[in-house]
Amino acid sequence: MSSVAPADLPIDKELADGEAAELAEREPGTKAARVKQRLTSRTATIASLVIAVVWTIPTFGLLISSFRPAELIRTTGWWTIFQNPGFTLENYATVLFSTSSSSPQLGSYIVNSIAITLLGTLITLVFAAMAAYAFAWIKFKWVNWLFIFVFALQIIPLQMSLVPLLQIFSTWLRPMQAWLHDIVPIIPEQNYLPLWLAHAMFGLPLAIFLLHNFISDIPADVIEAAKVDGATHGQIFFRIVLPLATPALASFAIFQFIWVWNDLLVALIFSGGTQDVAPITQRLAELVGTRGQDWQLLTAAAFVSIVIPLIVFFSLQRYFVRGLLAGATKG
Amino acid sequence: MTTADLLGKILQVVMGLAVLAAVVGLLIFFIDKAPKKGRDYWQLALFLLPAMLFIAIGLVYPAIRTSFLAFQNNAGEWTLDNFVWMFTQPAAIRTLINTILWVALAPIISTVIGLAYAVFIDKSRGEKYYKVILFMPIAISFVGAGVIWGFVYDYNGVGDQIGVLNALVVAFGGDPVQWLQTDPINTILLIVIMIWIQTGFAMVLLSAAIKGVPTEQIEAAQLDGTNAWQRFRNVTVPGIRGALVVVFTTISIATLKVFDIVRTMTAGNFNTSVVANEMYTQAFRASEIGRGSALALILFVFVLPIVIYNVNVLRKQREIR
Repeated sequence: MSSVAPADLPIDKELADGEAAELAEREPGTKAARVKQRLTSRTATIASLVIAVVWTIPTFGLLISSFRPAELIRTTGWWTIFQNPGFTLENYATVLFSTSSSSPQLGSYIVNSIAITLLGTLITLVFAAMAAYAFAWIKFKWVNWLFIFVFALQIIPLQMSLVPLLQIFSTWLRPMQAWLHDIVPIIPEQNYLPLWLAHAMFGLPLAIFLLHNFISDIPADVIEAAKVDGATHGQIFFRIVLPLATPALASFAIFQFIWVWNDLLVALIFSGGTQDVAPITQRLAELVGTRGQDWQLLTAAAFVSIVIPLIVFFSLQRYFVRGLLAGATKG
Repeated sequence: MTTADLLGKILQVVMGLAVLAAVVGLLIFFIDKAPKKGRDYWQLALFLLPAMLFIAIGLVYPAIRTSFLAFQNNAGEWTLDNFVWMFTQPAAIRTLINTILWVALAPIISTVIGLAYAVFIDKSRGEKYYKVILFMPIAISFVGAGVIWGFVYDYNGVGDQIGVLNALVVAFGGDPVQWLQTDPINTILLIVIMIWIQTGFAMVLLSAAIKGVPTEQIEAAQLDGTNAWQRFRNVTVPGIRGALVVVFTTISIATLKVFDIVRTMTAGNFNTSVVANEMYTQAFRASEIGRGSALALILFVFVLPIVIYNVNVLRKQREIR
């Protein structure tokens, strides 16, 4: 199991590696060998440059266009920006703040996305950590079988759950939501509860598996010492396991955050699609359907929807990569 | 969005947090106050309770029920009609063929480009930045990627082309094409989006694996007078075999389940539908629960061998170690 634990990506080591490579290149060798090496590396450099450029162009075009006036977007390619200059923030103002019923009104959908992602991640994380602790440190033989069973559940595609889960939610959860709406009228009848629960349910198997790998690596001495000192399981969990598992918790939290934020399928089925609940991805997909040619709106809206995960990604890349490397083995 | 709306939303989040804290607090309270007799069992059960409850309600029961629903019609009678439909109706068959096309192309191309890129930039100057560029699409939603590429594929009936692809076609003297409406190129172009997203994932994993190949082996091969290609072929690739399998199978599974791209770009029209999209359309748009369930079951059957293969390879590798 240990080989699937969050792997350490040599991000910090890269610089050192690069220097070592340069040093190695300077070492004397036969002239022919040196020339050959430089040739291959030149082709490699060009190839990687080409790939990098091709990969960037689509996003770059979107970003440029989102700042261009609608008329210019419609009539000229974004790569002609220097021949047809024009800069405006109006597209963003329209998608974010315009209150007219025909505009995207992304503000409330962003709030929804944040609300859904926050609890969708937190519930998964807390319950998974508890289960992972129990699986790792409270020993019974059949518990191992249960753990393998939970691990195996990851192979069930989301699609297998959707129909029955929706039926369960409309039978059992809907009355509760209506009741809550009666008591607290400002909470709409359609609320976040189904989405939070669905995301937690679908995220748990992978979360338990990843956190278990990490939590079971905590030295037994530490746990035993705490037990000898009279600590209860609750105390051990909160005071020892959670603090020690912070890197793994962070990795999975970012993984789940990006997953929930970018999700469309779960939202389509459990959100109801109204401004009260629907996340920004669902709104964006809707806009593509209804305003497919209004690129001034689509480009700005798309950029608004991807900017938050991108910020998370760039600032916490290290943890994200770890989570990804660990999650990759989920199968 | 009015102030009351916003307040309602904030209140929901606060209440959600409070309920979560209360549930966890109560569980821990009972865990620590568990009866002396069978204490470990009680504690174990309480620690596992919320997660197991969620998994039972959200995954185990629904998966079993879906398997049954696949063999029922809308009136609840047992039948094989759903599968007959799937393997005889031209539209449904096309869905299956498209899915196979996706799985045949996306994983291989993503892995190959990702591997080549990882090798090319290995130990080069600015490797970190090269990586970020290719990796960034991972953080972008499929829907966002759909808009980004929809703009690339845009078709303008009159005037200049504003989509990069059509602009290129015109620049080389061709006529602009309505890419997303043209079968079968539209499916290929949707697959390109998947490749764009998944290549970064492949690259990061393979790059980490390449750095794990012992330098002594590379140097030994160098001393034997091998060229760069031979070293790559005979030393690096066997050294990263495990990572290659993981990358390939993970992307395959993600590709099988691809939904958002097709849904956003074409909604499955113009012969672009895939199993996951058709499942949604049948079950939630056309109210054909049985057909939707049958498609979900097929998805499960497609995924199964890949997972089994993956697990087997991982197990063998662990035995070798």
